[in-house]
Amino acid sequence: MIRKLSRFIFLLLILNFFYFENVFADISKVDEISKNLRCLVCQGQSVYDSNSDFALSVKMLISDKLSSGATEDEIYIFLKSKYGDWIVYEPEFNKYTLVLWILPLFLFIIGGLLIVRKVFINRKEK
Amino acid sequence: MKIRLSFIFFITIIIFVIFVFFKSLFENKNYVPKKINNKIENILIKDFYSDNELELKKLFDNEKFIIINIWSSWCIPCREEHKYLVNLSKVKNLKIIGLNYKDKKNNAENFLKQLGNPFDLILKDMDGTKSIFLGAYGVPETFLIDNELNILKKYIGPINIKDVNEINKLIND
Repeated sequence: MIRKLSRFIFLLLILNFFYFENVFADISKVDEISKNLRCLVCQGQSVYDSNSDFALSVKMLISDKLSSGATEDEIYIFLKSKYGDWIVYEPEFNKYTLVLWILPLFLFIIGGLLIVRKVFINRKEK
Repeated sequence: MKIRLSFIFFITIIIFVIFVFFKSLFENKNYVPKKINNKIENILIKDFYSDNELELKKLFDNEKFIIINIWSSWCIPCREEHKYLVNLSKVKNLKIIGLNYKDKKNNAENFLKQLGNPFDLILKDMDGTKSIFLGAYGVPETFLIDNELNILKKYIGPINIKDVNEINKLIND
């Protein structure tokens, strides 16, 4: 009897989990998108973290857009068209951001080469 | 030779850092994106009094330009700039539309009673989403828009006499 009951409760818990997952699906998507957006009127906060009027409106807009069937990318494109690339945390790869993307890689390779050279020369000297 | 090469490399980096530092030191701190789309979609916005939804494009009667001013009764800088809006309301061929932002109707009406109503039409944006379509950051903000829904000028923060003169000049040109 107890075993049956515990199985039943277990089943209920699982159903409960799925039920709530559906309820919060939309909200978590809004969170996911807003974490990638910079709050433009705050200092160093994402839209997700901020409770400023601007951030709240953006979150509301994301929710509206999602329920009207817009995809995540469409929302980023829309916001970028209104506020520029600055609103997204990850800068797009284009001619303006070329140095930004290439420079760390370039420095990494140079650093690597320097280390290799140093080690190689040291070995030779030994 | 080896020392000289790394020395040159070191100096180049130092010069680069100093250059970036001084360049950004004197730069304007307000970020204004260059690559923004200055055209507004023809969105629907609710009328402040009647709650009817109005198309943005149909707000133009015969005017070539409209001013959309985002304001709120709780916003202190809006009080400061209000006299300039009243000033602008006397300009011919210019329609001034107020977009009441996250406000209570009573408070907004009292605000206009106190300071005068420069608006030809008042719309409302209760959740702030309409302002995002305009590309606004908050209140107050003022947009000069032509009848093709292009943003000609955007003023972030309260407008002043200099801005009023600029708007006058833009309209008359």
